[in-house]
Amino acid sequence: MDRRDSIKSIMLGSIGFGVLLEGCVSGVGSEEVENAISKFNYGRTKTELEYDKKLFSIKCFNNHEMNTIKKVCNLILPPNEFGSIELAEVPELIEFMAKDIPSYESPIKMGLKYLDKISKSTHQKSFVECGDSEQKRFLDDMAYPNPDLDSSGQKEEVQWFSLMRNLTMTGYYTSKVGIEELGYKGNTPNIWDGVPQDVLDQYGLSYDKDWLDKCVDQSKRNETAKWDEKGNLIS
Amino acid sequence: MQIKETSKEYDVVIVGSGAGGGMATKILSEAGLSIAIVEAGPYYDPANPDQMTQMKWPYDSPRRGAGTTRPFGDFDQAYGGWEIEGEPYTQKGDTNFRWFRSRMLGGRTNHWGRISLRFGPNDFKKKSIDGLGEDWPIGYDDIKPYYDKVDKLIGVFGSKENLYNDPDGFFLPAPKPRLHEMFYIKGAKKSNVKVMPSRLSILTKRINDERGVCFYCRQCARSCSVYADFSSGSCLIFPAQKSGGQIDMYVNSMVRTVTTDEEGKATGVSFISKEDKTEYKLKGKVVVLAASACSSARILLNSKSKQHPNGLGNSSDLVGKYLHDSTGGGRMAFLPELVDRKIYNEDGVGGMHVYSPWWLDNKNLNFPRGYHIEVWGGMGSPSYGSGFNVNDLNKFFGTKVGGYGDMLRTDMRKYYGSVVGMDGRGESIAMKDNYCEIDPEKVDEFGVPVLRFNYKWSNYEVNQAKHMQDTFEEIIHNMGAIPISDKAGKESNYGLTKPGEIIHEVGTTRMGNDPKSSVVNEFEQLHDVSNVFIVDAGPFVSQADKNPTWTIMALAWRTCDYIVDEFKKQNF
Repeated sequence: MDRRDSIKSIMLGSIGFGVLLEGCVSGVGSEEVENAISKFNYGRTKTELEYDKKLFSIKCFNNHEMNTIKKVCNLILPPNEFGSIELAEVPELIEFMAKDIPSYESPIKMGLKYLDKISKSTHQKSFVECGDSEQKRFLDDMAYPNPDLDSSGQKEEVQWFSLMRNLTMTGYYTSKVGIEELGYKGNTPNIWDGVPQDVLDQYGLSYDKDWLDKCVDQSKRNETAKWDEKGNLIS
Repeated sequence: MQIKETSKEYDVVIVGSGAGGGMATKILSEAGLSIAIVEAGPYYDPANPDQMTQMKWPYDSPRRGAGTTRPFGDFDQAYGGWEIEGEPYTQKGDTNFRWFRSRMLGGRTNHWGRISLRFGPNDFKKKSIDGLGEDWPIGYDDIKPYYDKVDKLIGVFGSKENLYNDPDGFFLPAPKPRLHEMFYIKGAKKSNVKVMPSRLSILTKRINDERGVCFYCRQCARSCSVYADFSSGSCLIFPAQKSGGQIDMYVNSMVRTVTTDEEGKATGVSFISKEDKTEYKLKGKVVVLAASACSSARILLNSKSKQHPNGLGNSSDLVGKYLHDSTGGGRMAFLPELVDRKIYNEDGVGGMHVYSPWWLDNKNLNFPRGYHIEVWGGMGSPSYGSGFNVNDLNKFFGTKVGGYGDMLRTDMRKYYGSVVGMDGRGESIAMKDNYCEIDPEKVDEFGVPVLRFNYKWSNYEVNQAKHMQDTFEEIIHNMGAIPISDKAGKESNYGLTKPGEIIHEVGTTRMGNDPKSSVVNEFEQLHDVSNVFIVDAGPFVSQADKNPTWTIMALAWRTCDYIVDEFKKQNF
């Protein structure tokens, strides 16, 4: 038996994702799925990749629902000089998450229906057909949770809007444009050599000398470590 | 079912490739022995671009890194989790034990916290101190030379502190504290809680030409592609292969049993290939189990034979008993001083730069064992969940929570990097009644009987968790911060985590001198079967308020020296 070949095999046995996606509409062409999947390169196992493909082959929201989501997200976070909901691909993220976390699907859909219901009864048109100020008036009633209640005690439309706000915010600030806007400076090779002096000064803090003596001298980071027999570093 | 058998007989068959299995592979192969490693998951190399997640951005994932497929998020390098489809486990009574498994070469070492603490002299002799549990058959002096060797081989940063029960080692220099950690130092000192540089197996300085030096991306949980953190593959198994070791690797291979002969001695293992669902047999003169405390116990208990009717090595009936995990508790806080802070790169290493070792004497307390405190916070990378409840903190300023529009941008920026937290990780008491056993009624997808858990925290752990909460609250106050959530109270066991959640499960094949009260001897050799050894955390008699990995490796090295000696004496 020569099983050395299996060393190369990257097969994750049995994580399976038996997710039920009731209500989600199937029918995305295989080319479209390949296009969607090719945008993401993040070290998937074979099983995980298959799961992603399965999610991309399903559409969870119809065009009207997607347009309503887009509008709501834009009201939550309007475009600015850094980017927009569209550039941050927030609606696409929400659509994906509604399949990835199936418990999102039905509350999101119910909230979208509710928006249309109240706008039809007030203005005889769907939410997306309303003007900005009309739309905002609806949101005003659901955007501010009652501070005396916990999240599960809030009105349903308030809970729905909180979910939409969470997904919009996280979608925007995990996107390329959102991360640039926030100003996160990491995820890049660098050398940490302590809090910048001006920041220490701002907070009236300084490093203890005793503590600093235990810290790395970054000019010697590439010299191979050597110790004396008592464990004192001597290089 | 057809069972395929190899003709080759290995000197040693090693089951599992994590900390213990990796160390056994390195030491035994370098002694010239032929080795088979049997790993339940796939081959994994953190430098393989197809598997790598280091330096990815959240938007490289369609779910922006959410934890749907991997419990610690898309970029975490543990293939598995607390639940693995097809590999269930069950619970007895109202037990809720959580069993984390990572199915890949290197196992859980690819994602762990790299907190690399030696046990101290007291940690081996706790029964002599407080009358609870059992003393180890060895003491600190027996294991110290091996801790020293592990330090030098693998690399760990830290500082000399001359604390009796937190012994110093051969340390690389520590990284400077981050800003929120300086606030923690201030608060902890005011509360008379000792703070010192943390001790993590991350290379802040070069240790050899094979491994790179840390470039401070804070992503050790993604396993380092330049091998600057300790993962078993990159630091033990690959180097062993490069130095010419005779090592065959069997991946995607679930070990079912240790096979035995008429005399009851081990002859190798049987495993089921996940690729063709066929059962194979591997022959070995010695079997080293390193499958993790619970998995190794399961293999032993499933290895029943005429000679070992109660399972292999189980004449004491103690295999699976004395299972214990670390206790855990935590609290989050908001530092108003850090509102609208200046943004710079403070990723640092993959973990805290400072921590608090246990600082009190339990004689004066209503619980017997200690805990250490880990600190987190700072301006980390946004990931799925960032921006949730974006302005909840407005309530501390009396302004409105919620809303929509550009004000949310201001709030996002304002609170970025202003939240800190601390986590306690403590020692529980090993109890005979906390155990895993074979569930007679359930098998996994490979047809192998699964584990059933029975576990209950005692008042010792609950009282310790209460102490954690009181300490956190005091430190939070003393660092000028405001606790964010309500303090965990009696009704929730003071926030005590479920057993298994800290992923430090140990003790299922504990060591001792008496075969009636222990499963292995001080060389981690089964009392009942001289050619079977266990080098994961199963042999731990007690857990200490330290993370188990460094001790797993030091003990494994000591055991391997013994195995090599026995080979020289032709005892196998």
